[in-house]
Amino acid sequence: MATGVGRRGSKWLAAARTPLGACSIVLLTLVVALAVLAPILWQDRAFAVDTDAIGQGPSGTHLLGTDSLGRDILFRVLVATRLSVTLAVLATVIGVTVGLVLGALPSVLPRAAGRLVISVVTIAVAFPGLLLALFFAVIFGVGTHGAVLAIAFAMAPSFARLAQTLAASVVGRDFVSAAKVAGVGRIRLLVRHVLPNIGEPLVVNATIGAGAALLAFAGLSFLGIGVQAPDFDWGRLLNEGLDGIYLNPAAALAPGVAVVLAGLAFNLVGEAVAGVVGVRTRSARIGRRSVPAAGTAAAEEHGDDALLVVENLQVAFPRPSGWTVPVRGVSFTVRAGEAVGVVGESGSGKSLTGLAVSRLVETPGVVTADRLEFAGTPLLTTPERELRGLLGTSLAMVFQDPMTSFNPTRRIGRQLAEVSEQHQGLPRRKAFERAVGRLRSVRIPAAERRARQYPHEFSGGMRQRAMIGMGLMGEPRLIIADEPTTALDVTVQRQLLRLLARTRTEGDTAILLISHDIAVVSQTCDRMLVMYAGRVVEDLLTGDLAAGPRHPYTRALLAATLELDTDRAEPLTVIPGRPPEPDRVPAGCAFAARCPAATDQCLVEDPVLESVTAAHRVACWHPQEDAAPERAREAVTAGGAE
Amino acid sequence: MTAAVASAGIRDNPWLSFAGRRLGRFVVSLWVLASTAFLMIQLVPGDPVRAALGMTAPVELVNARRQALGLDDPLWVQYGHYLRGLFTGDFGTSMSSGLPVAQVIGDRLPGTLKLAVLAFAVVVVVAVPVGVVFAVLTRGGRRRGVELGFTSTTVLLAAVPEFLVAVGLVALFAVALGWFPVAGRGDASAFVLPVAALAIGPAAVLSRVVRVEMLSVLGNDFIRTARAKRLPARLVYVRHALPNALTATLTLGGLMLTGMVAGTVLVENVFAWPGLGSTIVQSILQKDYPLVQGIVLVYGVGVLLVNLVIDVLLALLDPRSTIRES
Ligand code: SF4
Repeated sequence: MATGVGRRGSKWLAAARTPLGACSIVLLTLVVALAVLAPILWQDRAFAVDTDAIGQGPSGTHLLGTDSLGRDILFRVLVATRLSVTLAVLATVIGVTVGLVLGALPSVLPRAAGRLVISVVTIAVAFPGLLLALFFAVIFGVGTHGAVLAIAFAMAPSFARLAQTLAASVVGRDFVSAAKVAGVGRIRLLVRHVLPNIGEPLVVNATIGAGAALLAFAGLSFLGIGVQAPDFDWGRLLNEGLDGIYLNPAAALAPGVAVVLAGLAFNLVGEAVAGVVGVRTRSARIGRRSVPAAGTAAAEEHGDDALLVVENLQVAFPRPSGWTVPVRGVSFTVRAGEAVGVVGESGSGKSLTGLAVSRLVETPGVVTADRLEFAGTPLLTTPERELRGLLGTSLAMVFQDPMTSFNPTRRIGRQLAEVSEQHQGLPRRKAFERAVGRLRSVRIPAAERRARQYPHEFSGGMRQRAMIGMGLMGEPRLIIADEPTTALDVTVQRQLLRLLARTRTEGDTAILLISHDIAVVSQTCDRMLVMYAGRVVEDLLTGDLAAGPRHPYTRALLAATLELDTDRAEPLTVIPGRPPEPDRVPAGCAFAARCPAATDQCLVEDPVLESVTAAHRVACWHPQEDAAPERAREAVTAGGAE
Repeated sequence: MTAAVASAGIRDNPWLSFAGRRLGRFVVSLWVLASTAFLMIQLVPGDPVRAALGMTAPVELVNARRQALGLDDPLWVQYGHYLRGLFTGDFGTSMSSGLPVAQVIGDRLPGTLKLAVLAFAVVVVVAVPVGVVFAVLTRGGRRRGVELGFTSTTVLLAAVPEFLVAVGLVALFAVALGWFPVAGRGDASAFVLPVAALAIGPAAVLSRVVRVEMLSVLGNDFIRTARAKRLPARLVYVRHALPNALTATLTLGGLMLTGMVAGTVLVENVFAWPGLGSTIVQSILQKDYPLVQGIVLVYGVGVLLVNLVIDVLLALLDPRSTIRES
């Protein structure tokens, strides 16, 4: 129990240490001090009638002017602090108590009566507090007492609801069951075990509630329903001040400001304590990123038919500790109509490479490259506006999760059609017809009807087809597919890969297929790039896979695929160790820690991607020479034959 | 037989069964409201007629009035009369003016409705674009300064209750600058200050909600898809993100609308606006209980109606979740 109190105390202390918490506690202390001292010090001056200065504006003798009897506004506002705050706190205490009783009743009363209480509370909570307060003011009568009770009863339902919710969360816990088993009575259980455990959130909410009660009380008094003359609280002063607002606006504004400040004081103290549990630290400022020097091979020769040219592509993100660079200098080319696979474990930077190439990395991410060209257009220097038409029609994307990649609130057909409306200037009807046609071409049955459905009415495989169909709305020259089959079951996976292959041959469309699955890539692609820790470590023809990849990592991947042949949807975990975190890449070869062939050289020098034959590049100091094991050859050729 | 078929049909159609249940709840709430308003008068301590007529009124007058109001009948008879009255549009007679309560309400309700509806429209028209713009400006943690400014401004604006905003607006725009009238209902300019007073706080709250909702929607995969289609940013935000951010916005909007109904009471009194709010306060002060009862009913039905409309709208917007949850 002692530790409980200590913990609670330290939480309030911690709240005092945040800037907001400190301010609000100072403010609240000021309000409380005024409530205690102001009537003692200035009672006489607040009541002193000055017939020479009736309804005056601010002056040297009366800083905020005077009211219709010539009484000093400033002192009246200060003195009114006590009544305003006392009444608000009183109303809150009564309100919370009534609320607690209401909240506890259902667990003590017989079932039917309990349900009745709960439903009355439910209906009452739906009404705004002020309406409830007015309602109760009618019952309890006009005047200070009536208003206190009215506000208390207006607060009660929401505290009853709060108490119910909190209690429900406590009742399920072990110590309460233990107490039940021990034969502790219901009421005793409530008072001894449940109440102490919901105390903290209740106090926080009551503090905030007191702020609200203060405002509500000011409202009632302002309406003439609360405090009656000759007594005065801030609401009453506001009421009187508003009548003379042309003579002295300060008379109306000063009590208003007082109400807001005092209300805020209660409110903020409550919020500060409530917020202390999840303190946020401010992120450190980071300077502009300087592009690291290119660490990879000299520029490749690009044929005339190069569709996508990527040289020394880097993607970086700011982190509190500095820049992290998940893609660290990737270079490759995709020729027209070619299918290129990108393989690697999750975190290898392959997906990010796909996004960067298609210019979909958003700030704060930073993409740099020595060269990044699509269909002869530089993607990094051409303004976005000019790129839109080109990329919108010639570059299609297929994302991993078909369940989340469509907008749930728009019909599938419309989502396809807007591509043509935007980039091909088709009118709505024509665009929709084209969308239906594309859905048909990706073999969606009853395309006309399906186009009018929402994504949740489609199965996963069908959505992914529709996604490809969406890519075909333009005349794509390149489809970038990021793990397009990972979320689908094996049969659907096959159909989808076949669809991609067919699309490729029919439209002479190049494909960049990003996947963790070496088998999927070898079935679909002519060539594959193996990525590790943000780099391409090997670039080879899938046909050469059987003859044996040269990089130890590719070999490990291949071996892992064989073991996982039965379930390709699983991510690769068979290679011992983990890839390095992007902000902690070692100095030498990034794979050295997991590489069976690593030497001292590997630990200090970073291998560069170099050609071993015309169509084969490897980044490794010790490329493996011997052929792949027999089983690997079989697996790959069997997959390729499909 | 047909009943069984019909109920099976209802069970099969989630929308119908949802609408049925929700409507049922509305009717029950209406009944609870009406009964509470009835009980309210019974709970008033002392003799309401005596209270309304004053201590000096002769006993005969009080008794005659009690008779006329049926206050000496047994409680359940009174309750029956009362409910029957409600169905025929008879809300009783105002004690202070002698006019039928229904007529007083009919006179005053339009003033309040205009105020509330206009203010709500202003809130939506201001808060949605502001929330969207600030979401876009501060997405992905950029422009921390803008975010801080936006958050603290809206928190402050939301902390000031509408009647104090009203007093501030009067002091500034009516008294100091003289741009708008202080009170009453003349031409269109008379609407400016009351509507502003009602709208500022809720607009601040709602724009904050819209921003937060937009930010969470912008993180979704389908936004990346929309960007991959190379739609102009404007379309990505307005066509793809905004509709998905509206569900939570609408829920809160409904809460605010009911809160605004209450806000009109205070704001009407600041501006001496001839609406229900100023009338209910006068009638509470004059102990004109039949009139109070009638207006309480109108406010209550208003709140229940808003809640009903919001629930139905939510079900229409997001057919899967809402219906299943309820
Ligand atoms: S460079 Fe060395 S550590 Fe890296 S893969 Fe080659 S052999 Fe292994």
